[in-house]
Order: sequence, then structure tokens, then C-alpha cells
Amino acid sequence: MFYREAGDFSTTYRQDNQTFPIKFDRYRYYAVLAVAFLVVPFIVNDYWVNAILVPFLIYSIAAIGLNILTGYCGQVSLGTGGFMAVGAYACYKLMTGFPDVNIIIHIILAGGITAAVGTLFGLPSLRIKGFYLAVATLAAQFFLVWMFNKVSWFYNYSASGQINAPERTVFGVPVTGAQVEPWAMYMICLVFTFACAVIARNLTRGTLGRSWMAIRDMDIAAEIIGVNPLKAKLTAFAISSFFVGISGALFFAVYLGAVEVGEVYGIQKSFIVLFMIIIGGLGSIFGSFAGAALLVVLPVFLKLLGVDLLGWPTDIVAHINLVVVGLLIILFLVLEPHGLAQLWRVAKEKLRLWPFPH
Amino acid sequence: MPEQLLFAMEVTLNGLMAGVMYALVALGFVLIFKASGIFNFAQGVMALFAAMTFVGIQNGQVPFSHLINAIFGTKIHYFGWELHSMVAILLTVVVMIAMAWAVQRFIFRHLVGQEPIILFMATIGLAYLLEGIADLMWGAEIKKLDVCLTDQTCLPQGINLAIDETTFNLFGYGFFIDNLDITATIVAIILVAILVAFSQYTKQGRAMRAVADDHQAALSVGVSLNYIWILVWSVAGFVALVAGIMWGAKSGVQFSLSLIALKALPVLMLGGFTSIPGAIVGGLIIGVGEKLFEFAIGPMIGGATENWFAYVLALIFLVFRPQGLFGEKIIERV
Repeated sequence: MFYREAGDFSTTYRQDNQTFPIKFDRYRYYAVLAVAFLVVPFIVNDYWVNAILVPFLIYSIAAIGLNILTGYCGQVSLGTGGFMAVGAYACYKLMTGFPDVNIIIHIILAGGITAAVGTLFGLPSLRIKGFYLAVATLAAQFFLVWMFNKVSWFYNYSASGQINAPERTVFGVPVTGAQVEPWAMYMICLVFTFACAVIARNLTRGTLGRSWMAIRDMDIAAEIIGVNPLKAKLTAFAISSFFVGISGALFFAVYLGAVEVGEVYGIQKSFIVLFMIIIGGLGSIFGSFAGAALLVVLPVFLKLLGVDLLGWPTDIVAHINLVVVGLLIILFLVLEPHGLAQLWRVAKEKLRLWPFPH
Repeated sequence: MPEQLLFAMEVTLNGLMAGVMYALVALGFVLIFKASGIFNFAQGVMALFAAMTFVGIQNGQVPFSHLINAIFGTKIHYFGWELHSMVAILLTVVVMIAMAWAVQRFIFRHLVGQEPIILFMATIGLAYLLEGIADLMWGAEIKKLDVCLTDQTCLPQGINLAIDETTFNLFGYGFFIDNLDITATIVAIILVAILVAFSQYTKQGRAMRAVADDHQAALSVGVSLNYIWILVWSVAGFVALVAGIMWGAKSGVQFSLSLIALKALPVLMLGGFTSIPGAIVGGLIIGVGEKLFEFAIGPMIGGATENWFAYVLALIFLVFRPQGLFGEKIIERV
């Protein structure tokens, strides 16, 4: 009824291979983009941007990055927080070192630097597998955070050990610093998220993505049929870290403005991003968005419900939040291991046939 | 003897003691991993949960009192009793067994046959869940933990004067060794002895080993997997309680206790996930290694190297020997 492919003919291979081959899907996607780019910036206020939209967009990038590594290539990483810190500090050093260069270039370069660091920490993955690797990535997490804490060159010898984003503009509109308008903050994050999602989606559909999935499903078998594990694993680490680095840079420069590394990029960040992709769906770009949305909205929702409506103390609500997140993880792993993305897929299948059962 | 060498000796001794504490946590991991192939990330949170439950029961705290007060507007906090430590330990063991049953019944029974990495992530979820429940039940503030047999004899704390004196007479420099660490070492030795005796000489222990060896073979000779898994989680819960009490007595019962679990991971990687002696040897290596590194190189590069040294050591080690020191050789087939 709502979701039909009847009458939707592809006349070229190009049409057949596009990201959204079904017309309804494609128009829905354009509609979402139109709302996100043309409507939302004009109606958002400070609260919405700071509490929900910007964290959602930034976490989505991080989740896409981790999903490439864990969901597509099967290498579990608990070092996301550390790699986000690399992105943030690289961005800070670039911003303060080359003040005349545009911030967008800085953020992309920060992603590149993170990709290099990620590749370095990805090297052991050639020997180590499964949760041995997960634990090995903890080394990255703790070592990187420690390094940014102790080596004062990284925070320009400031007394507090914090890094503060100086004011930078894009097309004359400030996007970092104290004078940022909510819509500008939203727009820059949206542009990056959109670009990252498109790139990630197309990478995972191509040769590279297929070699990642082959490695994920069975690395020895993949090697036998001619997938180079060195190339597949290291590109997964590099590209994943690139996205994670961009999200870390945005998180610092655009969203928070001032960062103390141990607090912001600690082990908890790694877990949250991992949870996002578990709940959202491993191996799905849409799932990264869904998981990020759920885990960003959930604490806000619980706080509204618990603290503002029922008047409970904040610490109890925070504990309930832990319980709910834990329960969600377990429920999803037990009931729907492929996450929200799979629910979405099932819903689409049903809609295609509705109102008939088969 | 030169002073530096004496310092290094003292640091080594303290490192050995710290290693024992890590090994205590690592033991629980190994038990569960051997019997069910689950890499239990929640072991550290189980230690926290056990320690908080112990303190709560001992002080007669009302479970979920904060939540109840928030919902009903009441003001209840304590039952108003002080339980004897041994009674509190027994009651906590009961709670841990109940938890083991619940974990098995509601989570891992539904995940049988899933990939190991899915099970691992489920235990991360379990860690969050348990932590939230522990905080809701007993409150998140830092608590003091005392274990006393009678009013006078409690867990000893502070510097061991005998060792201080002997070493002073021998070398002219008194070693600082915490009494609590010595107790922890003794407790750990007893615990390992009990575990070994249990798994070698009792019917249940043998069944546990059978399951660890081969699930299906054990099932076919009539071992109930469900029962064994509950048993294993209970034993791991008991080990967590011991670790929780020791760590709690050392640094207070607080959230950071659950982070020691993370420290136990490199220990496991060194020792191998499937070996109890490996867990102990790995713990000792990590304990001594990180203390000596901090002592020798730490001051040069800014200190606090204990945060990452263990992981980096394990990482470098793994590159050369992926199955750990005592682990079984990993054989993979298509």
C-alpha cells in the first residue's frame, strides 16, 4: 500500500545499483534531507541543538566509524574514546598552529591524523583476534588519554590542562568559540554527518566493503578466496578512525568548546559508541543513526520524566539510566541481534505486502 | 646494599602483592570462560556489586531505599541492625547465587550458540545493568568496608611492623608492606586451594571440568549444563565477593572498584584465558611490571604510567604469543 516497487522500473544498471532502488525509499530520503537542511535550521532553539541534535549528529559519525570497524569488518574496538581524543587534540593543534586555514580543512586533517594513529593501533589486529583484540584496543584508549594528559605540548602548556577552541568562522559565520549561533552549530555538524554517511554507505557497498565483510564472516576463508587481510583490516582501522577522529574534533571544537581529556574521552565514551552500534544494528549505516538517536534521547527523556515530572533526585535517574541501557543491550542481543536496523527492515518487508499476509 | 636496589626490592614486593589482587579478579574470569566460553566483562562490576551488598547487609541498609523514598515520599534508610561479618558474607553469597541464577535464566540461556563476541557484548550490557542495580539498591556514595570476626579482630590495615623491623635490622631500611596486602595474599592462596580441591575432588567440580572440556560430551553423559552454568556463575560470584571485600577494604567501596576488572584483562591476556595458574602468574607479572616501570621510568615521563602500562605490555606480548603464556594453542579451521 505505502511501500510498493510495482511500476518502478530500472532501465539502466546505474539505476539498478543506486543506494535507494525503490522510489518510495528515495523520495523519503530526499524528504528527510530537505527537512534536515532547509527546515530544521530555521526552527531550532538552543536547547534542542545542545541537548539532542548536535550530540546525535556527532555520535552518529562516531557510530558510523565504529560500525565500519566492528559491524562490517568484525574487529571489536574499545578504543573509540581514545581515537576521538586524537581527533580533538589534532584539531586543536591545527587550529592554534595555523589560524588562517579554514576550520573545515582542520577537521578533515584531524580525521586524517586519527586515521594514521588508528592504523598504527590496528597493526596488532593482524595477529590478535576476537576479544583479545578488544582488550588490546584498551591499550590505545588508556595510553592515548594518558598521553594527552601528561604531554603538555598537546595542550599548548596551558595551566589548566584543558584545551579551548578559539573562534573560527565558515563563510563569515562563527562555528566555534563562544559566539556560535545554534543553527550554525547544527549546520556544520549536519554537513559533516551527511558527507560521512554518504561516503561510508558507498564504501561499504563497494569492493572494500565486501572485503571487510568477508574478513568479518571468516577471515581464513576470506584469505583463501583472495582477500588480502592486511589491506582489509588496516583500511578498516584507518577509515573507521578517520570518521571517529572527525567526530572527536567536532565534539571538541563545535559542541563542547573546552575539553578535559580524561572526563570527555574516557572509557565510557568507547562503551557508549559501542552500545549505539549494538542497539542500532551491527553492519548498518542506518543502524548507526538509530542507535545514536536512541542513546542520545534516552537520558534526556529519562531526565524529563524522572527529574522534571516526578521530582526524583538526579542521581537516581542517572542510575535508572544505567539499568535501562544495560537492559536494552541485553534485550537487543537476545531478541534482535541485528538491532533497530533489522526491525526497520522487517517493518519495510511487512509494509510492502500490507494489507496481505504473504 | 645501595639504596636504589632496596627501593626496587620494596617496589617488587609491593608489586607482587598488587599482582595477587589482580589475580583475584582474573580468577573469576577464567572460571566462567573455561566452563561456558563467555568472556565475562562484568566480573569487576560483580565484585563491586558483591562488596556493596556486603556492606549494605552488614549495616542493615534497606535495599532500594532511595528509590522507595523518591516514589512514596517516605524516609526509610536503615533497618537499624549491625550484622556480624560472617552472617553478612553468607547472606551476600546467597544474593550472588540468586544473581547467578537470574543471569543464567534470563540472559545466557537465550544466547547459547551465539558467537563469542555477541556473548562478550552481552556481558558489557550486564555490567551496566548490575552497576545500575547496585547503585539503586545501596546508593552510590563511597562506603567503608570492615570485616571483623569479633569486635577486636578485624581485617588488619596499615604497615606491617614486623617486616619493617626485620628489614631495618637486615638492610638498615624498613620496607613498607601493607598488612592488608599480606592478608589478601593469604586469602588468595586459600581461595585457589579451595577452588583446586573443589574442581578435583567433588562431583560438581568434576562436572564443571567436564563441561569446560566439551559441552556436548558432558551433556551426553548426563551432566546438566544449566545447573553447571549456574554453579559456575555462583562460584565466580563468590570469587567476586572475595575480590570485592579485599579491594573494598583497601580503597573503599566505590565505582572505581569496577575498573579493576579492566586491569584484570591484561592479566588474562598474559596468562591465557583458560588457565588458573596463568591468571596468577599473569597477575604477578603485571603487578611487578607496572610497579617497577612506574618506579624506574615513570618519573621521567610524567608518572601515572600504571594506567596504561599493563595494557601495552599485554599488547606487545600478544603480538608474539597470541594465546598467552599458558593458554591453549588457537587452532582455526575453515
